[in-house]
Amino acid sequence: MTTTIPDPALDPAQARDLLRRMQTIRAFESRVEELFKAGELPGFVHSCAGQEATAVGVCSHLTSADYITSTHRGHGHAIAKGISLGAMFAELYGKATGACRGRGGSMHVADFSIGMLGANGIVGGGFGIATGAAFAIRYQHRPDVAVCFFGDGAVNKGTFHESLNFAGVHQLPVVFVCENNRYAQFTAASRTTAVTDISVRAAGYGMVGESLDGNDLLAVLDAAGRAIARARAGEGATLLNMNTYRHSGHYVGDAEEYRSRDEVANTRDTADPVARFARHAVDSGLLTADDVAAVMAEVDEAVAEAHRFALDSPPPDPAGALDDVWTVGVPR
Amino acid sequence: MTFGQATLEAMQFAMDEDPSVVVIGEDISWGGNFGQFRGLVDRYGHERVVDMPISESLIVALAVGASAAGLKVVASMSFVEFTLGAMDEIVNQASKFRYMFGGQTSVPIVLRASDGIRGSSGAQHSSSLEGMFCNVPGLKVVAPSNGNDAKGLLRAAIADPDPVIYLEHKKITGQRAPVTEGDFTVPLGSAAVVREGTDLTVVSYSNMVNHALVAAEQMATEHGVSVEVIDLRSLIPLDLDTVARSAMKTGAVLAAHESWAVGGFGAEVLAQVREAVPEQSALRTARLGAKTAPIPFSPQLEPAVVPGVAELVAEMRRLLAV
Repeated sequence: MTTTIPDPALDPAQARDLLRRMQTIRAFESRVEELFKAGELPGFVHSCAGQEATAVGVCSHLTSADYITSTHRGHGHAIAKGISLGAMFAELYGKATGACRGRGGSMHVADFSIGMLGANGIVGGGFGIATGAAFAIRYQHRPDVAVCFFGDGAVNKGTFHESLNFAGVHQLPVVFVCENNRYAQFTAASRTTAVTDISVRAAGYGMVGESLDGNDLLAVLDAAGRAIARARAGEGATLLNMNTYRHSGHYVGDAEEYRSRDEVANTRDTADPVARFARHAVDSGLLTADDVAAVMAEVDEAVAEAHRFALDSPPPDPAGALDDVWTVGVPR
Repeated sequence: MTFGQATLEAMQFAMDEDPSVVVIGEDISWGGNFGQFRGLVDRYGHERVVDMPISESLIVALAVGASAAGLKVVASMSFVEFTLGAMDEIVNQASKFRYMFGGQTSVPIVLRASDGIRGSSGAQHSSSLEGMFCNVPGLKVVAPSNGNDAKGLLRAAIADPDPVIYLEHKKITGQRAPVTEGDFTVPLGSAAVVREGTDLTVVSYSNMVNHALVAAEQMATEHGVSVEVIDLRSLIPLDLDTVARSAMKTGAVLAAHESWAVGGFGAEVLAQVREAVPEQSALRTARLGAKTAPIPFSPQLEPAVVPGVAELVAEMRRLLAV
């Protein structure tokens, strides 16, 4: 499989870094899935395996001063934005060293110090928050942007309309990235959404809309790069529809009766964004097969180390369970 | 000056002091529904006084997101019933951000909303919903009864790092009373003993305090009963010490509010007072709130659901058997 867009002058170091970051997400999700199935992890988790290119391709254009909002399927966004892998793994175990000190878990991973304003367990919860962050950026005359990741299931929430309308009115520096994986939980988009190419809605909000292959890292890099550059230049918001596919069910353990085994197997084989980019890098001479193998080994070690950190970390002290409900002024 | 003008002064002190304070809301540049924002746009411009679409979810979520990026947003929600369109954002985002993310952030937003009965405003423009907000960990809830407190509490609410629901009663927003000049705050969590007494404590907030003061005077002149009236001013945080001290002095507590009695904040205050008072058996308590129905429109029906001075007097007499 070749990419649809010519290589935009990546150099080998960039290619290696992009592959490393996508593979980190894949390896992290694979490990989490194994651990969850083995009963090692509390709660429940949503894997983003198969959707690595959207997270990495978009976040490659961001600095820690830029903001992202994420979803219940947010591990990849957090990793791509630069969260500590150990702190995230520890959060999934509910440990004291977790990114949210064990209060949040998988669905609420956040790192405000790098502009990661939280995974969010409420579908469509990020639209207004990202719009608000973009509003603040505009008010403070900063060159930064906010990116809102969301799934195709979120586009029928009222918050989608309320937020995109306002972002359009004020030409805010925000990019709305739809990770269109074709299923809202267990229901195909065709049953719930009148027009499944979400990008056409942009016209109703006076912003640029674009639809692309979200499993093609180079296409994501290109479209996100243009959208983010427009936002930084004061040219307003963009709505990007990135077609992708999650390799696992809605949650780990989902019986997946709503999509056929053939569809899953075929799409996984043809659309896998990590394998596609690795192949492209080798075919175009950016990396050798040995380079790719070295990246895989390096990532495996990093994920193993993060896992060890989580296992070795202490649980939170129950005496602190009522800390931080308020900042000041209300006695516990 | 009026209650509304007093809040306008507090807004100006806050906005002059801190350029990160921004005001948003529907019709905000026109002054809002009760004129409490009139003139702000002339002073601070449309960049800082932002007209919002009729999108309540967005208004609250925008405030939360902007606060994560360093602003302090005061959002006018207009009528308190309209906050219900943003309850997801208030309960699932604003109130939980700090805790759920491990204390990484605070959410310094103020949601101003007009509540209470004004006279035939109907079921969707007459409610008092503080009980719902008080049930949510992470929110602070403020309900002033007069212009002076309205000014000081708003100043404190804007300076506060946590999300504050600031409830302004429609009936008194236009009421005139002396207001202290200059810049001052009334700290959240500080109740005021607005009338001293020895026989019975009435605990209230918002406009019910004003009814309680009238009823207390009536109890003194007609029944020789000395009533102490406590204005909570802020519900969360709750100044339980002031209430418990008064309860121990008088031995009888009536908690009164316009919102529904069932599941209401009055019941919560009484429970907390009982937990705080050593000799519980000696304490007589009662609550008074709206009966369990939406607020009706008809001038004859509205007072049959929402209590006022007559119901306060009747309940005090029943409690004291006088």
